[in-house]
Amino acid sequence: MDHDFNELRLDGVTRRFAGAGGQAFAALNELTLTIQRGEFIALLGPSGCGKSTALNCIAGLMQLSSGSIWLDQTRIDTLPPEKRGFGMVFQNYALFPHMTVAKNIGFGLKMRGLADNAIGPRVAHALKLVQLTGQEQKLPGQLSGGQQQRVAIARAIVIEPPLVLMDEPLSNLDAKLRIETRAEIRRIHKELGRATIYVTHDQDEALSLADRIVVMKDGVVQMIAAPHDVYGQPANLHVARFMGYRNVLELGVEAEQGDRVTLSGPDLRLTGVRKQPIAGGRACVAVRPEEFVLGAGPGGANSIVGRVGNVEYCGRDSLVDVVTASGTLLHVRATGKPVVGDTVQLHVPVERVLVYPHE
Amino acid sequence: MSSVAVGTAPPRAAFDRALLLVVPAAAFMLLLFVYPFLYGLALSFNPKEGGALANYRHFFTTDNLWPTIWTTLRLALPATLINVGLALPIAFKMRVKSPYQRWATTILVIPITLGTVLIAQGMLTYFGPKGWLAQFLQFFHLYEGSIRLTHNYWGVLISLVISGFPFAFLLILSYITGIDPVLARAASTLGASPRAQFRTIYLPLLAPGLAMCFCLAFVQAFSVFPSAVLLGSPAGPTRVISIAAYEAAFEQYDYSLASAIAMIMGFVQLIVVAAVLGMRNVMYRGPVSGGKG
Repeated sequence: MDHDFNELRLDGVTRRFAGAGGQAFAALNELTLTIQRGEFIALLGPSGCGKSTALNCIAGLMQLSSGSIWLDQTRIDTLPPEKRGFGMVFQNYALFPHMTVAKNIGFGLKMRGLADNAIGPRVAHALKLVQLTGQEQKLPGQLSGGQQQRVAIARAIVIEPPLVLMDEPLSNLDAKLRIETRAEIRRIHKELGRATIYVTHDQDEALSLADRIVVMKDGVVQMIAAPHDVYGQPANLHVARFMGYRNVLELGVEAEQGDRVTLSGPDLRLTGVRKQPIAGGRACVAVRPEEFVLGAGPGGANSIVGRVGNVEYCGRDSLVDVVTASGTLLHVRATGKPVVGDTVQLHVPVERVLVYPHE
Repeated sequence: MSSVAVGTAPPRAAFDRALLLVVPAAAFMLLLFVYPFLYGLALSFNPKEGGALANYRHFFTTDNLWPTIWTTLRLALPATLINVGLALPIAFKMRVKSPYQRWATTILVIPITLGTVLIAQGMLTYFGPKGWLAQFLQFFHLYEGSIRLTHNYWGVLISLVISGFPFAFLLILSYITGIDPVLARAASTLGASPRAQFRTIYLPLLAPGLAMCFCLAFVQAFSVFPSAVLLGSPAGPTRVISIAAYEAAFEQYDYSLASAIAMIMGFVQLIVVAAVLGMRNVMYRGPVSGGKG
């Protein structure tokens, strides 16, 4: 059974549910995406954004309301999950509690009708891949959360699926284990050389793992891009907010020159880069807390004066609330030791101020 | 041995006063179950005449007594198998929420609210030789022969299925809905067809519950009395062991013999239950969810 493929194509994949009052709402709306062999795709968004719905539709655990899914030239959205042959890792692992680790991992191979003597070596290889050799005869209940997670991964990849689907696989692990397992997942993905679709609400996971990130909100794709672009050049205000642009200020537009826009408020004046067409006299600027620099800018451009409010010490730096004279609150990451009540001057580089239409 | 005897006594566990909460239930058990049981046990060894074992000897040598064990087993075992065997697939179908689930469950469970006597009464008018079923079949010329489904073995068996099925169904339904459906979905992504999901995931996880359900349904069916009298032929093929005990107690006024029969009845039940639960020990018995604990 050769599962090799060139691309998986999602074409207008939509899933509607019956909502309150008989009104159907689309949990997933027109998702169109082509995934190449070897790619690692992260579906990123807050809970309820449709990312898990998308994953379940691809796995076949949920029917599409409209649209189609293609594996090269084969249409697969009409097939039941057992005919698609994708490996899936569930959020709560879903290990079979009555089977040993070896039986759990060998389950998919057994369902494919392989003989026991063919299953053994492949299970052993998968166990080695997830570094659990020696745990074959244990029941899932005897393993720690991290080990269970690795069994779940081994069980999904031992069938050598064209596509591995992961539904928030790290959300039940503690912080240290999460980072370790994250590296593991990336390594296993490289080793298999097939495609992985990874659902998460954690932007760090998406940024560190994925080749491309699909940012979603309310069932609609907001942006599909490489991690670097999602982080640095969010396509719209939703993505910006989700990627840590905590300072979003609505200001009046003063001047537009090319993609440079100058905006002003009662006591601040900022020039930034336009990311979307703006209309009307007002627009929003988005700035990440860590982009602010203490001190006056070159020629006094993009400078803000304010008073230090709350200071949250974070070890490497501090999260400082700076309040301007008119009461505008800015979140700023600053090294050193700002003193509450002090007056400080900040500036931010023009290219790190992103301008979006106001909501 | 004496050289190590010196030392502090092992610390005694402090008395947990919460244990006192068990006292009412324990007293209840003692008064209403243990005492009558022991009383009956002692009574069975004090026959009207003869030695301590005379009652038991009498039971196993009298031709209208000892075969009642087989008569009862012949009714109780098939009835239990039918009930558990029917309840399993139906409960499995009902495990997912659907608009029909509530209706179907209600209809299936109604017989549990009817007494055995009411069921017997209804069955006599429905299954009897001139009952609705016979009239229906004859009217449409589906079956011309005479229909004998009451006052024999079949009448009692049908009644045991009607009264016992809801019980088995409810019990199995609760076991099935306790199994995390994500396990079956995981199995499906690994290539298991719905049939294979049932065989490899649901059945092994259900097995201990099925064994328990079998035991409870069997004990219930083994003590059949009203339907054996009302729907069976209590002098012949459905002369079950409880009828023998009733006759000894209330027709011959031999309480001692009746107690002995009750003890034998309990012993047979115990053997079947022990055998089934013994099998349960070789099965997986643990949590039935796939998540982390």
